[in-house]
Amino acid sequence: MLTAEFLSRLQFAFVVSFHILFPAFSIGLASWLAFLEGVWLVKRTDLWRDLYFFWLKIFAVAFGMGVVSGIVMSFQFGTNWSGFSVVAGNVIGPLLNYEVLTAFFLEATFLGVMLFGWRKVSDRTHFFATCMVAIGTLISAFWIMSANSWMQTPTGYVIKDGVFYPDDWMKVILNPSFLVRLPHMVMGAFISTAMVIGGVSAWYLLKGRFADKSRATLKLALAFLAIVIPLQIVIGDMSGLEVREHQPAKLAAIEARWETRSDVPLTLFAWPDEQAETNHYAVDVPQLGSIILTHSLHGEVKGLKDFPADQRPPVKIPFFSFRIMVGLGFAMLGLALIGLWRWRRGTLEKPWYLRAWVAMIPSGFIAVLTGWWVAEVGRQPWVVYGVTRTSEAVTPLPVGSVLASLITFVVVYLGIFGAGLYYLVKLFRTGPVAGPIKQAAAHQTPARPLSVPQETIEG
Amino acid sequence: MDMATVLPVVWYFIIGFGVMMYVLLDGFVLGLGILTPFADDEHQRDHMMNTAAPIWDGNETWLVLGGAGLLAAFPRAYALVLSSLYLPILLMLIALIFRGVAFEFRFKAHTSRWLWGLAFHVGSVLAAFAQGVILGALVDGIAPLPPGQVHGAFDWFSPFAVMTGVAVVCGYALLGATWLILKTEGRVLQIAFDLTRPLMVAVIVFMLIVSASLPTLHSALMHRWFTGGNFLYLSPVPLLTAVCAVMLWRSVIHRREAQPFVYALGLFLLGFIGLVVGIWPNIVPPALSIWAAASPPSSQGFVLVGAAFLIPAVLAYTVYSYRVFRGKLAGDAGYH
Repeated sequence: MLTAEFLSRLQFAFVVSFHILFPAFSIGLASWLAFLEGVWLVKRTDLWRDLYFFWLKIFAVAFGMGVVSGIVMSFQFGTNWSGFSVVAGNVIGPLLNYEVLTAFFLEATFLGVMLFGWRKVSDRTHFFATCMVAIGTLISAFWIMSANSWMQTPTGYVIKDGVFYPDDWMKVILNPSFLVRLPHMVMGAFISTAMVIGGVSAWYLLKGRFADKSRATLKLALAFLAIVIPLQIVIGDMSGLEVREHQPAKLAAIEARWETRSDVPLTLFAWPDEQAETNHYAVDVPQLGSIILTHSLHGEVKGLKDFPADQRPPVKIPFFSFRIMVGLGFAMLGLALIGLWRWRRGTLEKPWYLRAWVAMIPSGFIAVLTGWWVAEVGRQPWVVYGVTRTSEAVTPLPVGSVLASLITFVVVYLGIFGAGLYYLVKLFRTGPVAGPIKQAAAHQTPARPLSVPQETIEG
Repeated sequence: MDMATVLPVVWYFIIGFGVMMYVLLDGFVLGLGILTPFADDEHQRDHMMNTAAPIWDGNETWLVLGGAGLLAAFPRAYALVLSSLYLPILLMLIALIFRGVAFEFRFKAHTSRWLWGLAFHVGSVLAAFAQGVILGALVDGIAPLPPGQVHGAFDWFSPFAVMTGVAVVCGYALLGATWLILKTEGRVLQIAFDLTRPLMVAVIVFMLIVSASLPTLHSALMHRWFTGGNFLYLSPVPLLTAVCAVMLWRSVIHRREAQPFVYALGLFLLGFIGLVVGIWPNIVPPALSIWAAASPPSSQGFVLVGAAFLIPAVLAYTVYSYRVFRGKLAGDAGYH
């Protein structure tokens, strides 16, 4: 049972699931900060500056945790997936290399100016640094989604001696699933962040703190979500059509479809049974499956029985993860739509509604995680879809080594995550207090500015 | 000469450059982490860490470039080295995690401030040690394996690798001390001055021991150095090293505040060149050559086109950010 392959998969799932939360938050927060600072440059009111510095402190923690957990990722391919590195390194390596050169340096370097340069550079230069960080996060998303999408829908290559050789880089980068999966991920990051911004604002309103600032940011989050979540649902639907075309076995697992047939029902809930190749306790809605999955009343969907047993993904994880993701998506949409309606009627700040916001703070992140589980577990047993098996990609390490590393990662990450969460909660408790004001004489002294981004939090 | 011959050579130097940038830039940040116990109190530790707070993240990115560059340009070397050195790499990653989050958490902590200070120190020491062990194991040689096989979990272990681990801890500490001379004043400056010469002696001793042990290693790394008239052509490297050491010593005696850092960087650079010359034309001694490990010209060429523009751009805005934060940092004020 405890093979090196199983443990390596578990380890990769753990470290990447942990990691993705922070880039998702950073992608959203960086653009949010660029927005806040841009507004401040125009309006020059304390409200916007205070908000900028408040969210900057949150961003610093999220970004730091993303960096350290990201470095782990850049080594995993070699340590645990050396077969993959040898077979697909010619294609994946250059994509990751471009990510480092175009995004990581940009983010990391301008982050320093953003966090510590407030009194060292002009307002416009500081805003420029913020924009560079925001653009860096988006460029990073571009490359990593391209690399992952290529593993889902590989194109633009030839195979010699079992090794991938790039043949047409445009086809590699702009592979078939990339153009839907990139916006899906970026919008997922934006939505997750907006849920936190709105939820934290609602919490302050419940407590009667920072009312002016929180009212403004709650409305911003609300308006943003009301526009973006419907778009995200449309893109998600396009992603479904793409999966049906390129990864039919994944779609069959997501929907727990065993038989290939037309007039497919939509299974709202079931307990998929992989041994018996059937669903128990299924709650089906007739025809709806065909309508959603094929956009036609009688459309055909492939079933798992059409695929040899050794080419089928696990069913339960994609099936349930997908339902959680979609369920949360619609719940967030409901929250936003109710909010719009209440905003019009001037009853936005009813306690029950604000409490609902607070309760839903993590829903965007849960949707991001479950969405990735659908994508990655649903791709099994392949690491490069249809060509390279996960079992061929793994390093045949001694079981003890992988067990030791897995336990270490779990213990360390839970400790770090706990500490990070603790400091984030402390920052949220402190709230958007007055941000630092530039002093005219600051640049003349050798002493460094006491820029508040990281001052000690009392308590 | 065709592209498949030339490109791996170009990439050998690009990755060599990236690794060297990492060693120099994160070297001094890890180094000041190694030295934090020499501070009298938490205030001085703040002072030390503040000198690196705005730039450490960019510095560490060179390590990611080294990893991604190796995967892109020499995937077989990437797979062989990382899978063979599984446990040292794990140690390095975990240590870097603690070192990195300590930068964020320590300044936000109140009662647990000392704990994150400790995490910063121990993380820095272990990351430096692990990198030294990785270097030592690489220089000692990692035999290529057929697909489906992997070296044992502790095959990398040797007294030599442990020794290079300690050597890199001392070397980074030297870089860190000279960086603190450059960037601080008051008590921390004094501490840094006091530490520099003992550390330099340790580094020179380690350089001599490493050079003397090279002929005993599997990889026969010294062959290039001593075959034919090579030693004559290569003699500037040890000579310049000696000059650097003397100049460093004198600059500390004369209380120069910028020169020690420059000479410490010089020492590292020369040691690095010595190793690169020895390893060539292998990417993983003793048997994996840069051509055998290389990805095809279609991969190496594709990244090279971008790297030719992007690496200068990265260097330009890195210089810019160092300029923004140039000058001495007073003890009583930080960014925090």
